[in-house]
Amino acid sequence: MTDSVPFLRLRNVSKTFVGVRALQDIDWEVKPGEIHCLVGENGCGKSTLIKTVAGVHPPTSGTIEIGGEEVLPLDPAKAKALGIQVIFQDLSLFPNLSVSENIAVDDTLQNMLMPVNKPAMRKKTRAVLERLAFDLDLDAAVSDLSVAERQIVAIARGLAAEARLIFMDEPTASLTRAEVDRLLAIVSRLKADGIAVVFVSHRLDEVVEIAERVTVMRDGRKVGTWPVGEVDQKKIANLMTGLNIDNSIVARDMSSAEPVLEVKNLTRHGEFADIDFTLRCGEVLGIVGLLGSGRTELALALFGMHRVDSGTMALEGKPLTLRSNRDAVRAGIAYVSEDRLGLGVILPQSIGDNIMLAVMKSMTNGLGLIPDKSCRKLAGDWVQRLAIKVPSADRAVQTLSGGNQQRVVLAKWLATKPKVLILDSPTVGVDIKNKQGIYEVVSDLARQGVGIILISDEVSEVFATCDRVLHMRGGRILEEEVPGRVSEHDMEERIYA
Amino acid sequence: MRDGVPSTSAQSALTRLRRRPEAWLLVVILIVGTIFSLTARDFLSLPNIIDLLETYSVQAIMAMGLFVVLVSGGIDISFAATASVAQYCAALLASQLGLPAPLVIMSGLAVGAILGCLNALLIHYVRITSIIATIAMMSVSFSLLMYFSGGKSIYTLPDWWTDRIVFWQTETESGDLVRITLPIVAMVVVTLFTWAWMIRSSAGRQLYAMGGNAEAARRIGIDIGRLQFVAYGYLGLMAAIAGMLQAHRVGESVPNAMYNTELAVLSAAVLGGASLTGGIGTVPGVLLGIVLLAILQNGLNLLGVSSYFFQIVIGITILASTSLTVISSRRGRRHRILAEAPANG
Repeated sequence: MTDSVPFLRLRNVSKTFVGVRALQDIDWEVKPGEIHCLVGENGCGKSTLIKTVAGVHPPTSGTIEIGGEEVLPLDPAKAKALGIQVIFQDLSLFPNLSVSENIAVDDTLQNMLMPVNKPAMRKKTRAVLERLAFDLDLDAAVSDLSVAERQIVAIARGLAAEARLIFMDEPTASLTRAEVDRLLAIVSRLKADGIAVVFVSHRLDEVVEIAERVTVMRDGRKVGTWPVGEVDQKKIANLMTGLNIDNSIVARDMSSAEPVLEVKNLTRHGEFADIDFTLRCGEVLGIVGLLGSGRTELALALFGMHRVDSGTMALEGKPLTLRSNRDAVRAGIAYVSEDRLGLGVILPQSIGDNIMLAVMKSMTNGLGLIPDKSCRKLAGDWVQRLAIKVPSADRAVQTLSGGNQQRVVLAKWLATKPKVLILDSPTVGVDIKNKQGIYEVVSDLARQGVGIILISDEVSEVFATCDRVLHMRGGRILEEEVPGRVSEHDMEERIYA
Repeated sequence: MRDGVPSTSAQSALTRLRRRPEAWLLVVILIVGTIFSLTARDFLSLPNIIDLLETYSVQAIMAMGLFVVLVSGGIDISFAATASVAQYCAALLASQLGLPAPLVIMSGLAVGAILGCLNALLIHYVRITSIIATIAMMSVSFSLLMYFSGGKSIYTLPDWWTDRIVFWQTETESGDLVRITLPIVAMVVVTLFTWAWMIRSSAGRQLYAMGGNAEAARRIGIDIGRLQFVAYGYLGLMAAIAGMLQAHRVGESVPNAMYNTELAVLSAAVLGGASLTGGIGTVPGVLLGIVLLAILQNGLNLLGVSSYFFQIVIGITILASTSLTVISSRRGRRHRILAEAPANG
């Protein structure tokens, strides 16, 4: 395969968005039937690269060849016709349509007046699913499928459109180990058919496991491409960040500290059951589980957003009943949500206004107004304490980077001086350098005696920051682990298994 | 994953049916119909039913157009105003200029389609949210109509317009005349066409796709702009047909006769399971929605209940049916995690 003509070849491709160089002089090739991995931190240009090849963004300069022929200018329809398919992270499926209509969707794209040939669509769908050796109800609505099944539908759609090269953006983010294995089996089938697959992934172990070659990107440039045998996870991580990331373990034995939050037999029908744990002052307790394990549902219940059906909670020894999140805030529980942009911050408003949000009541003066001066002071304090990089606290939050936005959310809740801080996936969409910064804030807070619950699906994250880790699956806590007593690898095996 | 769970196709067909809003609507209609037929003597008589059909044909035709827009993921409040404008323009051409029938009808349809496309233009190119754009358009076109017409009705419609066209008639035993007239036939044709078009044609499937996930539709190369024009243009066309039929039924063109019907039509579509967020809904559902509204209004009329009470009942029915949908989907979501657990572990 090494001496064959590359299916895709980029030469000197650059892309500039209003002054920002998103891609710089990229030379890159993908061979026919190759499994290739594209890795890099958030904002390194991976997505821009995919979109350029898919014809969404025309490159500012450089050339793109497919099958040895120059193809620019490229648009999405032309890229598709040339066999380029992108499976976006959101899968881009139509939840309201059936499996068969999703897979054979191209059949509905012809002349608008033409009748749709449903039997032909079903036949096509069946043939494609057969090629994948996968069985699905053709008439089921996609909204009724599991995430893994939806992924299959997205891949099948690419196949039905006669893909020669399929990009998969973070395909494994919400899959269990068994589902990932099945996906990988399907990918090797594609390879056997001569279809190249480019994975864009942040779980480095998978990268090493299935790919033939790895391309690392950083800051809009290609760092290099290596055969998988020549790089290991650690080297890839270092290449991605340009730093030497130290994932040393910080776990401490906190069993003698005062308990701050005690949870017994907490159950909410259908979401989680029999949750028991004790969080101590100054402890960082990790809760790991895959998407859909009930971890977020539990967090919402601990924060009073969802009522529990049975079980008890106690805060500093006193029984705690939460009727709403207002009760939780009053009791001293803060929650930084997974959906930072949707629930955590109000984007168009200033940093100061956002930070003030949760403590507005305590800041009002006798007239029921909020003095501008104390508002500025509060914002200024937090901008400084969390090292939020901004020229002024008057800037709208939407002008900040992901990492800095996350710090604003943290500041908002820290201003309430919480006893318990629940962080749900605090580093999603934050690059490695900024992640490190957020971890430092977390351990700082823990040192000040705040009990912290860190919810995550990244084992490496909880392994490096938590004192204890609870493993959640199917709405239950399966086991408790202490980083260091088990290795990171073992913990990953258990969680993704 | 669910492969391990055995599910016979019959079982899944039944669950699917139970989850359809149409099925529930049908049950409600049967219950309400039974109550009325027991309490109001004339309710189930053939003349009353045919009369109901004719009365609601105009709204049903507009509902078909609105349904298409709802599926595409948009909303339109202006169609009743569009219907009035198209009707009045056609009436002017017919009564003042004495144009022949085909020309008048074509002009009326053209006015409707143009107003619909204007909505699409505002929504797609100017990027105004559909509800805002169409509220503004409703205001503008209806006010222009009232301004230029001075609110005056046109009573001198030509005979070809106002003469009843009867396709079939019969006399019941009690001596009542039962006639299948043009509005009923038009409603049936429009309904069947919309149904086939939305289910079978590429355009229809693309509209469903766009309503389900507009971004994904754009990514696979569906021409969103053109579909907006198709959807709003179709509604404009339907509004024009409805408007001209309404004048045909009452024998005159009254500028504000159709004003305020938009909410009843929208209610029917929503009752019938058309989702306001797009992508979901069926023609039979919308039709059943209209039927329920018709039955409620007619039945309450026959019982001599005030028409305000009818409005209250409609409001409560909509609240009840939409909250039922939300609550049942929420429960479904909540039960997933633990239910899937054994298969996962």
